[in-house]
Amino acid sequence: MTLLTRRNALKLGLAGGALLAGSSLAMAQLRIVVEGANFQPLPIAIPDFASSDPAFGREIAEIVRNNLRRSGLFLPLDPASLPVQMGDVDATPDFPTWRTANVDALVMGGVERGAQISSSVRVWDTQQAAQVVGKSYNTDANSSRRVAHIISDAIYESLAGSTGYFDTRVIYVAESGPKANRVRRLAIMDQDGANVQYLTDGASMALTPRFSPDGDMVTYMNFADGNPQVYLLQLSTGRQQRLTDVGAMTFAPRFSPDGSTVAFSVEQAGATNIYTTSINGGQPLQLTSGAAIDTGPSYSPDGSRIVFESDRGGAPQIYMMRAGGGNAQRISFGQGSYSTPVWSPKGDLIAFTRQSGGQFNIGIMNADGSGERMLYSSFHAEGPTWAPNGRVIMFFQDPGGNDGPKLMSVDIWGRNLLTIPTESYASDPAWSDLRR
Amino acid sequence: MVITAPFNTALRAAAMLLFVVAIAACSRTPNTMPTGVGNLGPGGGAPGSQQEFLVSVGDRVFFTTDSSSLTPEAMATLDKQAAWLNQYQNYRIMVEGHADERGTREYNIALGARRSSVAVNYLVSRGVSANRITSQSFGKERPVAICNDISCWSQNRRAVTVVQ
Repeated sequence: MTLLTRRNALKLGLAGGALLAGSSLAMAQLRIVVEGANFQPLPIAIPDFASSDPAFGREIAEIVRNNLRRSGLFLPLDPASLPVQMGDVDATPDFPTWRTANVDALVMGGVERGAQISSSVRVWDTQQAAQVVGKSYNTDANSSRRVAHIISDAIYESLAGSTGYFDTRVIYVAESGPKANRVRRLAIMDQDGANVQYLTDGASMALTPRFSPDGDMVTYMNFADGNPQVYLLQLSTGRQQRLTDVGAMTFAPRFSPDGSTVAFSVEQAGATNIYTTSINGGQPLQLTSGAAIDTGPSYSPDGSRIVFESDRGGAPQIYMMRAGGGNAQRISFGQGSYSTPVWSPKGDLIAFTRQSGGQFNIGIMNADGSGERMLYSSFHAEGPTWAPNGRVIMFFQDPGGNDGPKLMSVDIWGRNLLTIPTESYASDPAWSDLRR
Repeated sequence: MVITAPFNTALRAAAMLLFVVAIAACSRTPNTMPTGVGNLGPGGGAPGSQQEFLVSVGDRVFFTTDSSSLTPEAMATLDKQAAWLNQYQNYRIMVEGHADERGTREYNIALGARRSSVAVNYLVSRGVSANRITSQSFGKERPVAICNDISCWSQNRRAVTVVQ
């Protein structure tokens, strides 16, 4: 494979000019500049991790490489091409050898599996001859992929100017069977598609799952008993219950940022309005009123506001109101219709689905509605969800006809369109926060 | 089971008939599926039977894109449904609201509910007791016609009266 040299990388504007000027060995300067039309991913060398079980060391390194490659910000080099093929966490690398091989960013790791899994990793800037970061982790023996994800996050954070998103999970709707009678059940997996578990049996249709902030609770729409309602499902216990009983259909649930409250829609006599209620019960609070369809509520990360979609003005558009309700302001004004607004974890952006000109678009806008940008367009795509670092959006795409939906992701710069592998058709992804 | 064989034969015949109708209505695709079509009662539509309601009255009304307004054709069908239901008081009904696939999931759940609500209100205005009626939205999750074609989407924007 072609090695991208640091010189090339700099020419392409990726690694930042600061590292040329930098001279402090204590402060390594290797960084990825993520913006810019000429962006190229940062080449990075990740030899297999040292381990008394070499296959295990190779497996962990490969998960890390795969994560970084799929981020679109890194280009892991072919491990067979590297001057050193096995990680060594304890020794200082022979920097001239790595520089000669045109490797600027080097990851040396080791991993052992006993009663626990212990892993250590160091990231080196070979030009600066300096360590960028050094970490060690212990996890239970069954969490080898998690260790690899946590290490991937440490590498990403040390070089990419933001926290990572690899130690996360995605809950989604797994779909199977003919389209007119499709089975839809909840499934959960790691962000890279591994470790799939099915959470509901498909006897009743399950839609629109969303995580609580701590990742242990899921709220979703359950069509059980011919009475579609919002449910709460606790992952650690498997217990589930209806969120509330208002004597009407409830749907479109989302947790508040502190996890204490769920915002959701209630449909009565054709009118759909937004309510909130405590997850511990009590009287729901009505936030919107009128005959329109108000749905898709999403809290701001500070919990003070809710963005939602409404067709009160005709075609659905995006509106914003205080979290206690009242005085909603429209923030989207483009042609067509806007729906599924989702506030980014950083609070700066809102992702949405826009239908226009016979196409569906996944887009982002500033929280005041300005600066709209489309990231993906196709015959049918909807339902964006944010990675916890606010840099990547997952959604589902459906080619129509008898075919079914699949999960895809794209970054907020409109780059790095990926398909997330799933065993079946998949829709309605919701991305967890970093696991705790 | 003497009854089973003719029952199945009738059901198969009815399903076959619907299949042919669906193909004709959506001729660009060979994949149109006959499933999800209300109650398939046995036999040939004796007076007061569910089959009669399905075949002679018409169990569904259609809507235009993003609309929940009743067309004149829809009102005529609902008038016939109401007359039939007022004659045969022993049945309860469930009115399903559906949307086509050209919308997002949650909005379409609300839109399906709005459509079923409009149909229910009309039936009540024509004398059908609200106590006999339940309704449910399926959003866009239960299409009857499957293809990337406007004629198919129009079949999926519907309110279906299921006689129980």
